[in-house]
Amino acid sequence: MNKPQAPIDYNNPVITIKGLKKSFDDYHVLRGVDLELFQGENLVVLGRSGTGKSVLIKIVSGLLTADHGSVNVLGCDINKVTPKELQELRIRIGFSFQNSALYDSMTVRKNLEFPLVRNRKGIGKKEIDAKVDEVLEAVGLRQTINQMPSELSGGQRKRIGIARTLILNPEIMLYDEPTAGLDPITCIDINELINEVQEQYKTSSIIITHDLTCAKQTGDRIAMLLDGQFQRQGTFEEVFDTDDKRVKPFFDYNFIK
Amino acid sequence: MDNGNTRTLQTGTKAKKRGWLTSFFISLYKIHKFIIQFFKEAFVPPFEFKEIVRQCYEVGVRSFTLISLTGFIVGLIFTKQSRPSLGQFGATSWLPSLVSIAIMRALAPLVTALIAAGKVGSSIGAELGSMRVTEQIDAMEVSGTNPFKFLVCTRVLATTLAIPILATYTGLVAMLGGYINVATNEGTSFSTFVQQFFDPLTFTDFTSSLIKSIVFGFTIGIVGCYQGYFSNKGTEGVGKAANGAVVTAMFLIFIEEIVIVQITSWFR
Repeated sequence: MNKPQAPIDYNNPVITIKGLKKSFDDYHVLRGVDLELFQGENLVVLGRSGTGKSVLIKIVSGLLTADHGSVNVLGCDINKVTPKELQELRIRIGFSFQNSALYDSMTVRKNLEFPLVRNRKGIGKKEIDAKVDEVLEAVGLRQTINQMPSELSGGQRKRIGIARTLILNPEIMLYDEPTAGLDPITCIDINELINEVQEQYKTSSIIITHDLTCAKQTGDRIAMLLDGQFQRQGTFEEVFDTDDKRVKPFFDYNFIK
Repeated sequence: MDNGNTRTLQTGTKAKKRGWLTSFFISLYKIHKFIIQFFKEAFVPPFEFKEIVRQCYEVGVRSFTLISLTGFIVGLIFTKQSRPSLGQFGATSWLPSLVSIAIMRALAPLVTALIAAGKVGSSIGAELGSMRVTEQIDAMEVSGTNPFKFLVCTRVLATTLAIPILATYTGLVAMLGGYINVATNEGTSFSTFVQQFFDPLTFTDFTSSLIKSIVFGFTIGIVGCYQGYFSNKGTEGVGKAANGAVVTAMFLIFIEEIVIVQITSWFR
Protein backbone atom coordinates (compact mmCIF):
# COMPACT_ATOMS: atom_id res chain seq x y z
CA MET A 1 0.00 0.00 0.00
CA ASN A 2 1.42 3.38 -1.02
CA LYS A 3 0.79 6.60 0.81
CA PRO A 4 -2.17 8.74 -0.32
CA GLN A 5 -1.15 12.08 -1.84
CA ALA A 6 -1.14 14.93 0.70
CA PRO A 7 -1.38 18.68 -0.07
CA ILE A 8 2.16 19.94 0.54
CA ASP A 9 3.19 23.59 0.39
CA TYR A 10 6.71 23.43 -1.05
CA ASN A 11 7.12 27.18 -0.63
CA ASN A 12 6.71 27.01 3.10
CA PRO A 13 9.41 25.07 4.98
CA VAL A 14 8.53 24.54 8.66
CA ILE A 15 11.92 23.09 9.53
CA THR A 16 15.18 24.16 7.89
CA ILE A 17 18.42 22.52 8.97
CA LYS A 18 21.78 23.65 7.60
CA GLY A 19 25.21 22.13 8.24
CA LEU A 20 24.13 20.37 11.42
CA LYS A 21 26.92 18.59 13.25
CA LYS A 22 26.76 16.63 16.45
CA SER A 23 29.39 14.51 18.17
CA PHE A 24 29.54 12.45 21.36
CA ASP A 25 33.20 12.51 22.36
CA ASP A 26 35.08 11.23 19.32
CA TYR A 27 31.99 9.73 17.72
CA HIS A 28 30.74 12.10 15.04
CA VAL A 29 27.07 11.21 14.64
CA LEU A 30 25.87 14.00 12.38
CA ARG A 31 28.45 15.43 9.97
CA GLY A 32 26.76 18.31 8.23
CA VAL A 33 23.09 17.53 7.81
CA ASP A 34 21.00 19.73 5.51
CA LEU A 35 17.24 19.25 5.52
CA GLU A 36 13.97 20.99 4.81
CA LEU A 37 10.54 19.84 5.97
CA PHE A 38 7.66 21.49 4.12
CA GLN A 39 4.22 22.43 5.37
CA GLY A 40 1.94 19.38 5.27
CA GLU A 41 4.71 16.93 4.38
CA ASN A 42 5.55 13.57 5.94
CA LEU A 43 9.31 13.13 5.73
CA VAL A 44 10.69 9.71 6.60
CA VAL A 45 14.28 9.58 7.84
CA LEU A 46 15.71 6.13 7.19
CA GLY A 47 18.98 4.79 8.40
CA ARG A 48 20.63 1.99 10.31
CA SER A 49 20.68 1.93 14.10
CA GLY A 50 23.16 4.39 15.58
CA THR A 51 23.28 6.67 12.56
CA GLY A 52 21.86 9.62 14.50
CA LYS A 53 18.22 9.61 13.40
CA SER A 54 16.88 10.05 16.92
CA VAL A 55 19.62 12.56 17.72
CA LEU A 56 18.38 14.63 14.78
CA ILE A 57 14.82 14.96 16.09
CA LYS A 58 16.04 15.47 19.64
CA ILE A 59 18.00 18.46 18.37
CA VAL A 60 14.90 19.72 16.52
CA SER A 61 12.87 19.51 19.73
CA GLY A 62 15.63 21.12 21.82
CA LEU A 63 16.37 18.05 23.93
CA LEU A 64 19.94 18.09 22.63
CA THR A 65 22.05 20.99 21.46
CA ALA A 66 23.82 21.04 18.13
CA ASP A 67 27.61 21.38 18.01
CA HIS A 68 27.47 23.29 14.76
CA GLY A 69 24.93 24.45 12.19
CA SER A 70 21.54 26.09 12.26
CA VAL A 71 18.17 24.55 13.04
CA ASN A 72 15.20 26.73 12.23
CA VAL A 73 11.85 25.44 13.46
CA LEU A 74 8.65 27.36 12.70
CA GLY A 75 10.68 30.52 12.20
CA CYS A 76 12.74 30.18 15.39
CA ASP A 77 16.44 29.40 15.49
CA ILE A 78 16.48 26.61 18.06
CA ASN A 79 20.07 27.44 19.07
CA LYS A 80 19.22 31.02 19.93
CA VAL A 81 15.82 30.86 21.64
CA THR A 82 15.40 31.66 25.33
CA PRO A 83 14.08 28.91 27.64
CA LYS A 84 10.66 30.58 27.63
CA GLU A 85 10.59 30.80 23.83
CA LEU A 86 11.69 27.18 23.61
CA GLN A 87 8.87 26.13 25.92
CA GLU A 88 6.36 27.99 23.74
CA LEU A 89 7.85 26.46 20.61
CA ARG A 90 7.67 22.95 22.05
CA ILE A 91 3.91 23.29 22.48
CA ARG A 92 3.72 23.59 18.69
CA ILE A 93 5.79 20.40 18.24
CA GLY A 94 4.49 16.92 19.08
CA PHE A 95 7.05 14.26 19.95
CA SER A 96 6.03 10.60 19.86
CA PHE A 97 8.68 8.59 21.70
CA GLN A 98 9.92 5.15 20.72
CA ASN A 99 8.67 3.61 23.97
CA SER A 100 5.64 5.91 24.15
CA ALA A 101 6.94 7.50 27.40
CA LEU A 102 3.52 7.50 29.04
CA TYR A 103 3.55 8.64 32.67
CA ASP A 104 3.36 5.36 34.59
CA SER A 105 1.74 6.83 37.66
CA MET A 106 -1.17 8.40 35.76
CA THR A 107 -4.22 6.95 34.05
CA VAL A 108 -4.70 7.46 30.32
CA ARG A 109 -7.03 10.39 31.08
CA LYS A 110 -4.46 12.05 33.35
CA ASN A 111 -1.72 11.43 30.77
CA LEU A 112 -3.79 13.25 28.16
CA GLU A 113 -4.87 16.05 30.48
CA PHE A 114 -1.37 16.73 31.75
CA PRO A 115 0.01 18.78 28.82
CA LEU A 116 -3.33 20.50 28.32
CA VAL A 117 -3.78 21.64 31.92
CA ARG A 118 -0.22 22.87 32.13
CA ASN A 119 -0.13 24.74 28.85
CA ARG A 120 -3.65 26.16 28.55
CA LYS A 121 -4.09 28.21 31.67
CA GLY A 122 -7.68 28.72 32.76
CA ILE A 123 -9.06 25.92 30.61
CA GLY A 124 -12.36 24.55 31.93
CA LYS A 125 -13.22 20.97 32.89
CA LYS A 126 -15.74 20.62 30.04
CA GLU A 127 -13.21 21.80 27.49
CA ILE A 128 -10.58 19.38 28.83
CA ASP A 129 -13.02 16.46 28.71
CA ALA A 130 -14.05 17.35 25.15
CA LYS A 131 -10.44 17.55 24.02
CA VAL A 132 -9.55 14.25 25.70
CA ASP A 133 -12.54 12.60 24.02
CA GLU A 134 -11.55 14.07 20.66
CA VAL A 135 -7.99 12.76 20.67
CA LEU A 136 -9.01 9.37 22.04
CA GLU A 137 -11.56 9.16 19.24
CA ALA A 138 -8.85 10.10 16.74
CA VAL A 139 -6.65 7.21 17.87
CA GLY A 140 -9.63 4.88 18.35
CA LEU A 141 -9.09 4.11 22.03
CA ARG A 142 -11.96 5.71 23.96
CA GLN A 143 -12.44 2.58 26.06
CA THR A 144 -8.98 2.89 27.64
CA ILE A 145 -9.63 6.26 29.26
CA ASN A 146 -9.47 5.04 32.85
CA GLN A 147 -6.76 2.43 32.36
CA MET A 148 -3.19 2.66 33.57
CA PRO A 149 -0.38 2.55 30.95
CA SER A 150 0.76 -0.81 32.32
CA GLU A 151 -2.61 -2.29 31.32
CA LEU A 152 -2.21 -1.31 27.66
CA SER A 153 -0.65 -3.30 24.82
CA GLY A 154 2.37 -1.95 22.92
CA GLY A 155 0.22 -0.70 20.05
CA GLN A 156 -2.25 0.97 22.41
CA ARG A 157 0.57 2.69 24.25
CA LYS A 158 1.88 4.05 20.95
CA ARG A 159 -1.57 5.35 20.07
CA ILE A 160 -2.06 6.99 23.47
CA GLY A 161 1.42 8.51 23.17
CA ILE A 162 0.39 10.01 19.83
CA ALA A 163 -2.95 11.16 21.32
CA ARG A 164 -1.07 12.94 24.11
CA THR A 165 0.92 14.93 21.58
CA LEU A 166 -2.17 15.70 19.49
CA ILE A 167 -4.02 17.23 22.41
CA LEU A 168 -2.03 20.46 22.01
CA ASN A 169 -2.78 20.63 18.25
CA PRO A 170 0.87 20.55 17.16
CA GLU A 171 1.95 21.92 13.81
CA ILE A 172 4.89 19.51 13.59
CA MET A 173 4.95 15.87 14.63
CA LEU A 174 8.18 14.02 15.35
CA TYR A 175 7.81 10.24 15.43
CA ASP A 176 10.71 8.26 16.86
CA GLU A 177 10.50 4.66 15.58
CA PRO A 178 6.68 4.55 15.64
CA THR A 179 6.47 0.88 14.66
CA ALA A 180 9.41 -0.49 16.63
CA GLY A 181 8.57 -3.65 18.55
CA LEU A 182 5.07 -4.05 17.11
CA ASP A 183 3.56 -6.91 15.12
CA PRO A 184 3.05 -6.33 11.35
CA ILE A 185 -0.72 -5.75 11.63
CA THR A 186 -0.35 -3.21 14.43
CA CYS A 187 2.45 -1.58 12.42
CA ILE A 188 0.03 -1.03 9.54
CA ASP A 189 -2.55 0.40 11.98
CA ILE A 190 0.05 2.85 13.30
CA ASN A 191 1.09 3.80 9.76
CA GLU A 192 -2.54 4.52 8.90
CA LEU A 193 -2.88 6.55 12.08
CA ILE A 194 0.16 8.65 11.11
CA ASN A 195 -1.50 9.39 7.75
CA GLU A 196 -4.80 10.20 9.45
CA VAL A 197 -3.05 12.59 11.83
CA GLN A 198 -1.42 14.32 8.85
CA GLU A 199 -4.77 14.68 7.13
CA GLN A 200 -6.96 15.56 10.12
CA TYR A 201 -4.56 17.81 12.06
CA LYS A 202 -2.71 19.22 9.02
CA THR A 203 0.64 18.38 10.57
CA SER A 204 4.08 18.25 9.00
CA SER A 205 6.02 15.25 10.28
CA ILE A 206 9.45 13.74 10.55
CA ILE A 207 9.19 9.98 10.94
CA ILE A 208 12.31 8.21 12.14
CA THR A 209 12.33 4.55 11.24
CA HIS A 210 14.24 1.67 9.73
CA ASP A 211 11.01 -0.10 8.81
CA LEU A 212 10.61 0.15 5.04
CA THR A 213 6.89 -0.67 5.16
CA CYS A 214 6.38 2.28 7.47
CA ALA A 215 8.53 4.43 5.17
CA LYS A 216 6.57 3.43 2.08
CA GLN A 217 3.14 3.85 3.69
CA THR A 218 3.70 7.12 5.51
CA GLY A 219 6.40 9.04 3.66
CA ASP A 220 5.78 11.73 1.08
CA ARG A 221 9.56 11.94 0.87
CA ILE A 222 12.31 9.64 2.12
CA ALA A 223 15.72 10.81 3.28
CA MET A 224 18.44 8.25 3.81
CA LEU A 225 20.91 9.06 6.59
CA LEU A 226 24.30 7.51 5.91
CA ASP A 227 27.66 8.37 7.46
CA GLY A 228 26.17 11.34 9.27
CA GLN A 229 24.70 12.97 6.17
CA PHE A 230 21.63 12.65 3.98
CA GLN A 231 22.95 10.75 0.98
CA ARG A 232 19.72 10.21 -0.91
CA GLN A 233 16.39 12.01 -0.85
CA GLY A 234 13.22 11.60 -2.88
CA THR A 235 10.22 9.34 -3.17
CA PHE A 236 10.52 5.76 -1.98
CA GLU A 237 11.16 4.52 -5.51
CA GLU A 238 13.71 7.25 -6.25
CA VAL A 239 15.70 6.51 -3.11
CA PHE A 240 15.92 2.78 -3.68
CA ASP A 241 16.36 2.80 -7.44
CA THR A 242 20.10 2.77 -7.07
CA ASP A 243 23.17 0.56 -7.14
CA ASP A 244 24.75 2.43 -4.24
CA LYS A 245 26.30 -0.28 -2.07
CA ARG A 246 25.45 1.62 1.10
CA VAL A 247 21.75 1.91 0.21
CA LYS A 248 21.03 -1.29 -1.71
CA PRO A 249 21.53 -3.77 1.19
CA PHE A 250 19.09 -1.78 3.29
CA PHE A 251 16.43 -2.45 0.71
CA ASP A 252 17.53 -5.97 -0.27
CA TYR A 253 17.38 -7.29 3.27
CA ASN A 254 13.83 -6.08 3.71
CA PHE A 255 10.80 -8.23 2.98
CA ILE A 256 8.92 -5.71 0.90
CA LYS A 257 11.24 -5.75 -2.11
CA MET B 1 17.97 26.15 26.06
CA ASP B 2 20.79 24.99 28.23
CA ASN B 3 19.17 22.76 30.77
CA GLY B 4 20.17 19.94 33.08
CA ASN B 5 18.76 17.30 30.81
CA THR B 6 20.75 18.38 27.79
CA ARG B 7 23.90 18.58 29.80
CA THR B 8 23.51 15.05 31.14
CA LEU B 9 22.92 13.54 27.78
CA GLN B 10 25.98 15.25 26.44
CA THR B 11 28.42 14.58 29.24
CA GLY B 12 27.28 11.09 30.17
CA THR B 13 29.67 9.32 27.85
CA LYS B 14 32.61 11.56 28.66
CA ALA B 15 32.60 10.60 32.34
CA LYS B 16 33.39 6.98 31.44
CA LYS B 17 36.85 7.68 30.15
CA ARG B 18 38.01 9.89 33.02
CA GLY B 19 39.77 8.84 36.19
CA TRP B 20 37.85 8.56 39.44
CA LEU B 21 39.24 11.82 40.83
CA THR B 22 38.20 13.80 37.76
CA SER B 23 34.81 12.09 37.80
CA PHE B 24 34.46 12.96 41.48
CA PHE B 25 35.09 16.66 40.84
CA ILE B 26 32.77 16.62 37.83
CA SER B 27 30.08 15.09 40.05
CA LEU B 28 30.69 17.78 42.67
CA TYR B 29 30.34 20.44 40.00
CA LYS B 30 27.13 18.88 38.70
CA ILE B 31 25.63 18.59 42.20
CA HIS B 32 26.58 22.20 42.84
CA LYS B 33 24.81 23.25 39.63
CA PHE B 34 21.83 21.07 40.51
CA ILE B 35 21.43 22.75 43.91
CA ILE B 36 21.78 26.22 42.38
CA GLN B 37 19.16 25.33 39.77
CA PHE B 38 16.85 24.23 42.59
CA PHE B 39 17.13 27.58 44.36
CA LYS B 40 16.70 29.41 41.05
CA GLU B 41 13.50 27.58 40.16
CA ALA B 42 11.84 26.58 43.44
CA PHE B 43 10.93 30.06 44.59
CA VAL B 44 9.77 31.68 41.36
CA PRO B 45 6.23 31.30 39.98
CA PRO B 46 4.43 29.29 38.78
CA PHE B 47 4.39 27.26 42.00
CA GLU B 48 3.39 23.62 41.99
CA PHE B 49 1.40 23.72 45.24
CA LYS B 50 -0.78 20.71 44.41
CA GLU B 51 2.19 18.55 43.58
CA ILE B 52 4.11 19.71 46.69
CA VAL B 53 1.14 18.75 48.91
CA ARG B 54 0.86 15.39 47.11
CA GLN B 55 4.56 14.74 47.60
CA CYS B 56 4.38 15.75 51.30
CA TYR B 57 1.59 13.23 51.70
CA GLU B 58 3.66 10.59 49.90
CA VAL B 59 6.70 11.26 52.11
CA GLY B 60 4.54 11.07 55.25
CA VAL B 61 2.65 7.95 54.23
CA ARG B 62 5.74 6.11 53.03
CA SER B 63 7.56 6.59 56.35
CA PHE B 64 4.74 6.85 58.90
CA THR B 65 4.45 3.22 60.04
CA LEU B 66 8.18 2.57 60.18
CA ILE B 67 8.87 5.86 61.95
CA SER B 68 6.13 5.23 64.50
CA LEU B 69 7.50 1.78 65.28
CA THR B 70 11.14 2.85 65.34
CA GLY B 71 10.45 5.96 67.41
CA PHE B 72 8.54 3.99 70.00
CA ILE B 73 11.19 1.26 70.24
CA VAL B 74 14.04 3.80 70.43
CA GLY B 75 12.33 5.54 73.36
CA LEU B 76 11.53 2.29 75.11
CA ILE B 77 14.93 0.63 74.64
CA PHE B 78 16.94 3.77 75.36
CA THR B 79 15.11 4.22 78.67
CA LYS B 80 15.46 0.54 79.50
CA GLN B 81 19.20 0.47 78.76
CA SER B 82 19.91 3.69 80.64
CA ARG B 83 18.10 2.58 83.78
CA PRO B 84 20.85 0.31 85.27
CA SER B 85 23.53 2.98 84.85
CA LEU B 86 21.44 5.71 86.49
CA GLY B 87 20.27 3.19 89.11
CA GLN B 88 23.88 2.74 90.29
CA PHE B 89 23.84 6.38 91.39
CA GLY B 90 20.24 6.22 92.63
CA ALA B 91 19.29 8.68 89.90
CA THR B 92 16.52 6.86 88.05
CA SER B 93 14.30 9.92 88.57
CA TRP B 94 16.52 11.65 86.03
CA LEU B 95 15.53 9.19 83.33
CA PRO B 96 12.89 11.45 81.70
CA SER B 97 15.43 14.27 81.46
CA LEU B 98 18.12 12.01 80.06
CA VAL B 99 15.74 10.51 77.54
CA SER B 100 14.39 13.90 76.46
CA ILE B 101 17.85 15.37 75.87
CA ALA B 102 19.03 12.33 73.93
CA ILE B 103 15.90 12.10 71.85
CA MET B 104 15.18 15.73 71.13
CA ARG B 105 18.76 16.80 70.57
CA ALA B 106 19.97 13.85 68.51
CA LEU B 107 17.95 10.71 68.11
CA ALA B 108 14.62 11.98 66.75
CA PRO B 109 16.02 13.96 63.79
CA LEU B 110 18.73 11.40 63.08
CA VAL B 111 16.52 8.30 63.24
CA THR B 112 13.80 9.99 61.19
CA ALA B 113 16.30 11.12 58.58
CA LEU B 114 17.93 7.69 58.28
CA ILE B 115 14.59 5.96 57.88
CA ALA B 116 13.40 8.55 55.37
CA ALA B 117 16.67 8.23 53.45
CA GLY B 118 15.96 4.52 53.10
CA LYS B 119 12.26 4.73 52.35
CA VAL B 120 11.77 8.09 50.67
CA GLY B 121 15.23 8.72 49.19
CA SER B 122 15.39 5.35 47.46
CA SER B 123 11.83 5.75 46.23
CA ILE B 124 12.57 9.19 44.73
CA GLY B 125 15.78 7.93 43.14
CA ALA B 126 14.07 4.90 41.62
CA GLU B 127 11.01 6.83 40.46
CA LEU B 128 12.94 9.60 38.73
CA GLY B 129 15.51 7.12 37.43
CA SER B 130 12.77 5.05 35.87
CA MET B 131 11.18 8.17 34.41
CA ARG B 132 14.55 9.15 32.91
CA VAL B 133 15.30 5.81 31.26
CA THR B 134 11.76 5.46 29.88
CA GLU B 135 11.99 9.00 28.45
CA GLN B 136 9.10 10.26 30.59
CA ILE B 137 11.20 13.24 31.70
CA ASP B 138 11.98 14.06 28.06
CA ALA B 139 8.27 13.68 27.24
CA MET B 140 7.44 16.17 29.97
CA GLU B 141 10.03 18.58 28.66
CA VAL B 142 8.88 18.46 25.04
CA SER B 143 5.27 18.93 26.07
CA GLY B 144 6.11 22.36 27.45
CA THR B 145 6.44 21.42 31.14
CA ASN B 146 9.58 22.18 33.10
CA PRO B 147 10.42 18.72 34.52
CA PHE B 148 12.96 20.12 36.97
CA LYS B 149 10.35 22.34 38.56
CA PHE B 150 7.60 19.73 38.48
CA LEU B 151 9.62 16.71 39.59
CA VAL B 152 12.69 17.95 41.46
CA CYS B 153 11.59 21.18 43.17
CA THR B 154 8.35 19.64 44.45
CA ARG B 155 10.06 16.57 45.89
CA VAL B 156 12.90 18.50 47.53
CA LEU B 157 10.46 20.99 49.07
CA ALA B 158 8.25 18.13 50.23
CA THR B 159 11.06 16.31 52.03
CA THR B 160 12.35 19.59 53.48
CA LEU B 161 8.90 20.34 54.90
CA ALA B 162 7.86 16.84 55.89
CA ILE B 163 11.00 15.56 57.63
CA PRO B 164 10.87 18.17 60.46
CA ILE B 165 7.22 17.26 61.06
CA LEU B 166 8.07 13.56 61.07
CA ALA B 167 11.05 14.19 63.38
CA THR B 168 8.80 16.01 65.85
CA TYR B 169 6.38 13.10 65.65
CA THR B 170 9.25 10.62 66.22
CA GLY B 171 10.26 12.58 69.32
CA LEU B 172 6.74 12.39 70.72
CA VAL B 173 6.38 8.68 70.00
CA ALA B 174 9.80 8.01 71.54
CA MET B 175 8.68 9.97 74.58
CA LEU B 176 5.69 7.63 74.81
CA GLY B 177 8.00 4.61 74.63
CA GLY B 178 10.15 6.08 77.40
CA TYR B 179 7.07 6.83 79.49
CA ILE B 180 5.84 3.21 79.31
CA ASN B 181 9.16 1.99 80.72
CA VAL B 182 9.27 4.66 83.44
CA ALA B 183 5.61 4.18 84.36
CA THR B 184 6.03 0.40 84.58
CA ASN B 185 9.05 0.65 86.88
CA GLU B 186 8.43 3.82 88.91
CA GLY B 187 4.69 4.32 88.49
CA THR B 188 5.27 7.92 87.43
CA SER B 189 2.16 9.70 86.16
CA PHE B 190 2.05 10.87 82.57
CA SER B 191 1.82 14.57 83.47
CA THR B 192 4.85 14.33 85.76
CA PHE B 193 6.79 12.47 83.11
CA VAL B 194 5.92 15.05 80.46
CA GLN B 195 6.93 17.87 82.78
CA GLN B 196 10.26 16.18 83.55
CA PHE B 197 10.72 15.39 79.86
CA PHE B 198 10.40 18.99 78.68
CA ASP B 199 12.02 20.72 81.69
CA PRO B 200 15.67 20.32 80.64
CA LEU B 201 15.06 21.29 77.04
CA THR B 202 16.05 24.78 75.94
CA PHE B 203 15.16 26.92 72.96
CA THR B 204 18.53 26.00 71.40
CA ASP B 205 17.62 22.31 71.61
CA PHE B 206 14.39 22.83 69.71
CA THR B 207 15.99 25.15 67.18
CA SER B 208 18.97 22.93 66.49
CA SER B 209 16.70 19.91 66.18
CA LEU B 210 14.47 21.77 63.73
CA ILE B 211 17.40 23.07 61.69
CA LYS B 212 18.92 19.60 61.59
CA SER B 213 15.65 18.09 60.33
CA ILE B 214 15.32 20.74 57.65
CA VAL B 215 18.90 20.14 56.49
CA PHE B 216 18.41 16.37 56.54
CA GLY B 217 15.14 16.66 54.64
CA PHE B 218 16.73 18.86 52.00
CA THR B 219 19.64 16.43 51.71
CA ILE B 220 17.37 13.39 51.25
CA GLY B 221 15.33 15.19 48.60
CA ILE B 222 18.18 16.70 46.64
CA VAL B 223 20.31 13.52 46.67
CA GLY B 224 17.39 11.30 45.66
CA CYS B 225 16.38 13.66 42.88
CA TYR B 226 19.94 14.13 41.64
CA GLN B 227 20.59 10.39 41.49
CA GLY B 228 17.30 9.72 39.71
CA TYR B 229 17.30 12.73 37.39
CA PHE B 230 20.75 11.93 36.04
CA SER B 231 20.45 8.16 35.95
CA ASN B 232 21.24 6.27 32.76
CA LYS B 233 22.17 2.77 31.57
CA GLY B 234 18.60 1.45 31.56
CA THR B 235 17.22 -0.64 34.41
CA GLU B 236 20.68 -1.06 35.89
CA GLY B 237 20.78 2.72 36.22
CA VAL B 238 17.48 2.76 38.10
CA GLY B 239 18.85 0.34 40.69
CA LYS B 240 22.04 2.36 40.97
CA ALA B 241 20.04 5.57 41.38
CA ALA B 242 17.98 4.09 44.22
CA ASN B 243 21.04 2.65 45.93
CA GLY B 244 23.08 5.82 45.40
CA ALA B 245 20.27 7.92 46.84
CA VAL B 246 20.28 5.95 50.10
CA VAL B 247 24.03 5.54 50.55
CA THR B 248 24.93 9.13 49.67
CA ALA B 249 22.11 10.63 51.73
CA MET B 250 23.01 8.57 54.82
CA PHE B 251 26.68 9.46 54.48
CA LEU B 252 25.86 13.16 54.17
CA ILE B 253 23.38 13.02 57.07
CA PHE B 254 26.08 11.72 59.43
CA ILE B 255 28.50 14.43 58.32
CA GLU B 256 25.83 17.11 58.72
CA GLU B 257 24.96 15.75 62.16
CA ILE B 258 28.57 16.17 63.31
CA VAL B 259 28.83 19.67 61.84
CA ILE B 260 25.53 20.91 63.27
CA VAL B 261 26.24 19.41 66.72
CA GLN B 262 29.59 21.18 66.71
CA ILE B 263 28.06 24.49 65.69
CA THR B 264 25.20 24.32 68.22
CA SER B 265 27.63 23.42 71.01
CA TRP B 266 29.14 26.91 70.57
CA PHE B 267 25.75 28.43 71.44
CA ARG B 268 25.14 26.42 74.59
